[in-house]
Amino acid sequence: MTDSALNRFERLSAEPFIAPAGKVGIVGTWGSLRAVFDHRELLNLLVRRDIKARYKDSVLGVLWTLINPIVQLVVYYVVMGQILGAARGIDDFAIYVFSGLTIFGLLSESLTGTTGSIIANAGLVKKVYVPREVFPLASMGSALFTFSVQVVVLIAGCLILGAPPFTSGLLYFIPSVALIVLYGAAMGILFSALNVYLRDVQYLVQILLTLSMWAAPIVYGWSMVQDVFASFNLPHWLLEVYTNNPLTLAVLGFHRAFWTAGTDADYPANLGLRMLIAFLVGLVLLWLCQRAFARLQGNFAQEL
Amino acid sequence: MSKVDQDRAAVGPEVVRVENVSKSFVIRKDNSLKERVVTLGRRGRAHQESFDALKDVSFSINAGSSIGLLGSNGSGKSTLLKVIGGIIDPSTGSVQRRGRLAALLELGAGFHPDLSGRENVYLNAAILGLSKDETDAEFDSILAFSEIGDFIDTQVKFYSSGMYVRLAFAVAVHTNPDVLLVDEVLAVGDEAFQRKCMDKIRQFQREGRTIVLVSHSAEQVMEVCDRGLVLSHGEVAFIGSAVDATRVHREILEGNRKSVAEAAAADAVEIAVVPQIVSIAVRNAAGETVESAATGDELSIDVEVDLPHDIDQWHSSLSIDTPSGQQVFGTGTRRHETSHGPNAAGHITVSYKFPSLPLAGGEYFVNAEVLASDGHPFDVQWQGAAFSVPATPSQTGSVFADTAISVG
Repeated sequence: MTDSALNRFERLSAEPFIAPAGKVGIVGTWGSLRAVFDHRELLNLLVRRDIKARYKDSVLGVLWTLINPIVQLVVYYVVMGQILGAARGIDDFAIYVFSGLTIFGLLSESLTGTTGSIIANAGLVKKVYVPREVFPLASMGSALFTFSVQVVVLIAGCLILGAPPFTSGLLYFIPSVALIVLYGAAMGILFSALNVYLRDVQYLVQILLTLSMWAAPIVYGWSMVQDVFASFNLPHWLLEVYTNNPLTLAVLGFHRAFWTAGTDADYPANLGLRMLIAFLVGLVLLWLCQRAFARLQGNFAQEL
Repeated sequence: MSKVDQDRAAVGPEVVRVENVSKSFVIRKDNSLKERVVTLGRRGRAHQESFDALKDVSFSINAGSSIGLLGSNGSGKSTLLKVIGGIIDPSTGSVQRRGRLAALLELGAGFHPDLSGRENVYLNAAILGLSKDETDAEFDSILAFSEIGDFIDTQVKFYSSGMYVRLAFAVAVHTNPDVLLVDEVLAVGDEAFQRKCMDKIRQFQREGRTIVLVSHSAEQVMEVCDRGLVLSHGEVAFIGSAVDATRVHREILEGNRKSVAEAAAADAVEIAVVPQIVSIAVRNAAGETVESAATGDELSIDVEVDLPHDIDQWHSSLSIDTPSGQQVFGTGTRRHETSHGPNAAGHITVSYKFPSLPLAGGEYFVNAEVLASDGHPFDVQWQGAAFSVPATPSQTGSVFADTAISVG
């Protein structure tokens, strides 16, 4: 028996027993959070892996991150703005559309990435134990990277068009991003787990994203929606429902931050308070989704 | 179990505790939402099958011991390993463990083909629970062990499969685990590398690390482990010393094989116009039929042959196999450059005598064949008899050699 063996035995007999399987309830969430925190270096490496691997062997590399939204911007600016006439009611329509598209892009990319993340890492999930939450979270991370590149382009665009976004409204940038990250993570975690059992979820998510793209005031203004609701004599609470959905709030917050041409009439009252409430609701949702994930993940290895 | 092994197993504290673990899988045949909806309700249940991979398994593993999980295909040993590793949650029961655990279930599971070897080392080390600083400290050692050399900065998709596996194994053994789970991955790489892996495993054992090994190969379990656990249809059939476990494992395998062989024999229609083997018997010096014999015993294997008519010249042959089908011995009249006959019709017994049985511990099967004078086979009987030799603590392998170890 060597000394290193005896030392090891001594250390091990002092350690408490742990159960590898997750626990239920609040204690379980805390445990999951700690497990993810303990694996933050792995999370970091997974995000880097995603980003590096995505643009490996492509000539334009990270530039591809920009090409997609710029094409979208051109299409919406020309077709929606000029041909269909949406730009007539909105000054600086290009900035308006691009800021909306940027924050929507974050939701879109994070949901698409997270939903497929467990399946994409099937080899790992089946063979090694790591807290499985790191896979959807790593997808979130790489979506945030793309997003940050696009924000730089957005700011550059604002400067070029002579509307620098450095006003007090820029403060809305943080809660907007926080809202999308929170809801994206919550739904992404849930969808990634469901997608293991039903591969239909990934297609469903694409449809949901297309719908939400047009449901949010990205290529049209919030005040237009208000007018439409009024002209059809729809009850006021319907407008409230529309306004208070987190994507609408985040898009409005982003307009507030980058689209300096807006006036108070373009936004609902108490935008900040609405965002705060949506954030608190989102926290509860994230907790529920994480619990669902913890319950579903026990059978990942055999379902993949 | 030798004295040394017993001491080793007794000292360490418990590191893994498996209590009443059961695992059942539901096998569904419908996998998309459409199919699920179509087969909702009662018809849906017809599309499911439940399968019990593990039934009420309880045992514990002490630090510093090496335990081999044995069992035939589908006996649940890989599932058990995954339950211990936390990759699959048990349906009922609980698994508790302590210390750092590394699972070598598939080498290079975390490798990304587009990243370089270096990047993959860091990624894989992080997956196995190493921090960046720890990986930095071990990196040179990993590189040296893997023998990858300058290719470390090449994308791993350009690696040969041997390089891939070497790098993965190098990372895994440098993660400083307290408990190492190994699933049939030791049989990789060329012989030199396999030797290196085994040396590393021995070093781990000296350092008091715990090894849980899943293997089909009883030899490998005997070589590596001091304890063994045999699973049969998801239940623990035996837990104890590795030597006894391999014996139980062989008995179970033999049982399976015999029942298959009997089923096949029942179907066969026998027409006796040529000499037939009636029976094969293993007898000791006193002429009693035995099922086990010790190394060095005098032994006689008697083949009873039914000759349907008078015959001038014929041959017989005999061979002995291990349960894995490896022949350990074979001879016959043709090899001895002699023959049988002439004989009259009727029953006749051919005896092969071993003055001192040169076989070490294990399970052995006897095959016999009778042939015409020109070598054309009349009848062959595979595994017509079986006998076991009690374990030889002083050595492994099938051949018994009286060795003496000295220094100088």
